[in-house]
Amino acid sequence: MITLTDYLVVGAILFGLSLAGMVINRKNLIVLLMSVELMLLAVNMNFIAFSSFLQDSAGQIFVFFILTVAAAETALGLAILIILFRTRQSINVTDLDALKG
Amino acid sequence: MNFTAPDFLPAIGEMFTLGMICVVMLAYLFFDKQNRGITYFLTQITLLGAAVIAIALYSHPTEITFDGSFILDPESLLLKIFILLSSVFVLMYSRPYIRDNEIAHGEFYLLILFSVLGMQVLVSAYSFLTLYLGLEVFSLPLYAMIALRHNRPVCQEAAMKYFIMGAIASGFLLYGMSLIYGACASLNIQEIVSMMSLSVNSQPMMLTVGLVFIAAGALFKLGVAPFHMWVPDVYEGAPNAMTLFIATAPKLAGFALLMRLLVEAMPALFPQWHYLLIAVAVLSMAIGNIIAIAQDNIKRMLAYSSIANMGYMLLGVIAGTPRGYGSAMFYIIMYVVMSLGAFGIITLLSRKGFELEKIDDFKGLNTRNPWLALMMLLIMFSMAGVPPSVGFFAKVGVLESLVQADIVWLPALALVFAIIGAYYYLRVVKVMYFDEPLEKTPIIVESFDAQLAISINGLAVFFLGIFPTAMIELCQKAFLV
Repeated sequence: MITLTDYLVVGAILFGLSLAGMVINRKNLIVLLMSVELMLLAVNMNFIAFSSFLQDSAGQIFVFFILTVAAAETALGLAILIILFRTRQSINVTDLDALKG
Repeated sequence: MNFTAPDFLPAIGEMFTLGMICVVMLAYLFFDKQNRGITYFLTQITLLGAAVIAIALYSHPTEITFDGSFILDPESLLLKIFILLSSVFVLMYSRPYIRDNEIAHGEFYLLILFSVLGMQVLVSAYSFLTLYLGLEVFSLPLYAMIALRHNRPVCQEAAMKYFIMGAIASGFLLYGMSLIYGACASLNIQEIVSMMSLSVNSQPMMLTVGLVFIAAGALFKLGVAPFHMWVPDVYEGAPNAMTLFIATAPKLAGFALLMRLLVEAMPALFPQWHYLLIAVAVLSMAIGNIIAIAQDNIKRMLAYSSIANMGYMLLGVIAGTPRGYGSAMFYIIMYVVMSLGAFGIITLLSRKGFELEKIDDFKGLNTRNPWLALMMLLIMFSMAGVPPSVGFFAKVGVLESLVQADIVWLPALALVFAIIGAYYYLRVVKVMYFDEPLEKTPIIVESFDAQLAISINGLAVFFLGIFPTAMIELCQKAFLV
């Protein structure tokens, strides 16, 4: 029997992986965008698990909205990536250093 | 299950904005080739019309509609009015800048309209779903807007950083929401409040973890330390007209997000978020005020000042009383009015091929354009909190509410940081009035509406400082039920 806790652990692992992917990754912006996507999927995992165990459909509806927004967000991210590549000929994370934060 | 049509009246402002966005889009495509101004005027009409609707609804009693996911209350209406009016001013300031730098103006106006629509939905949202959707509708256009000026590589870098940071913030917020949903079995703020008071003792772990993630996401959007890394970079990298927009209306929306999520949805977890916010507020005031001193780029300096100001605003929320929330709202509205003026002047002083960025560019502004220098002086005094400016009353309000809540050490600390902060605001005044200008040519603001906007804005800061009572009462009333 798979319990709610198991799903939550998977969600937490995915969330942690995506966060690690953003923090450790120093090479490629596309990996960063993939990590963002993975983060949203980890959240979806949580929502669906809760929704199924609580017998409440609101969580699943939320997941549909998150998927839609994630698609829009990725499209925008890739568009910014393309104009970035056009001027710099590189999508290296370490090249984003003109602004000192 | 019976289906009854929801009451659409509370959302009429949002529907008006959405309808007008379609009109503006079509007008831009069909008429703009002959007449450049038409998109601009239609955009202004949209914003002003939505503001008039919000004002007309103001006496309407508090109402929750759309199955508990949308609320009409004085808090949301007051924030909406100021979001819309500040966007009107943003457009007035940035019109010459957009024309001179050949930025696609129709796209710029449309992105602002979409962003404003998202903010309108966000401030009225009363369930996690509408909050999240409003948040995304208002943030996504901002990322695109920064990248709109694609001949400056630094803008693309700022857009990318803002996008990544914003996406991480939404991820955190959503993760927290999913945990709260699991513990309370509902996405509705009303139901969450009642469920949470029951489950706060049985599932303290899940609720606390959810709260921390939600708070991190909301504070990220508001741009306070330790989630502030993106603020200086984005303010500096974005074109001046876009910085002007990012520094004003989204702060009001961020405040609404924080109020709905922490204060209204989770009163049961007050002890937890109370201490969290104290740590965040102290850190923001310290980092913002101290690092701002070292900046020679005025946009970066104002970015750190915004971090510090968000810290002061949080003091009112920390007090945890309706009076504190009211003074926090007064603080943030007044901060937006002041920051609108400061970034407005920066945008006005930028010309074709010249992006005003350094504090040194303000040298001798008094000899080049005394009126603009006077307006900047009023705004800087107000930001520093010199009495009788409006910034002084805003600071007094939040500190007073803390003292009334029996927290005395925090206002004392805030005062010390306010004195440190006065240095860098007054430095701008010194540079404008006592330094030799780098070039002697007088600056003439050609655009009539920009001139009008800065005069209204500067004088508003001045007169609100002399007669602050009406505005303070309006903010206080929003939280007294």
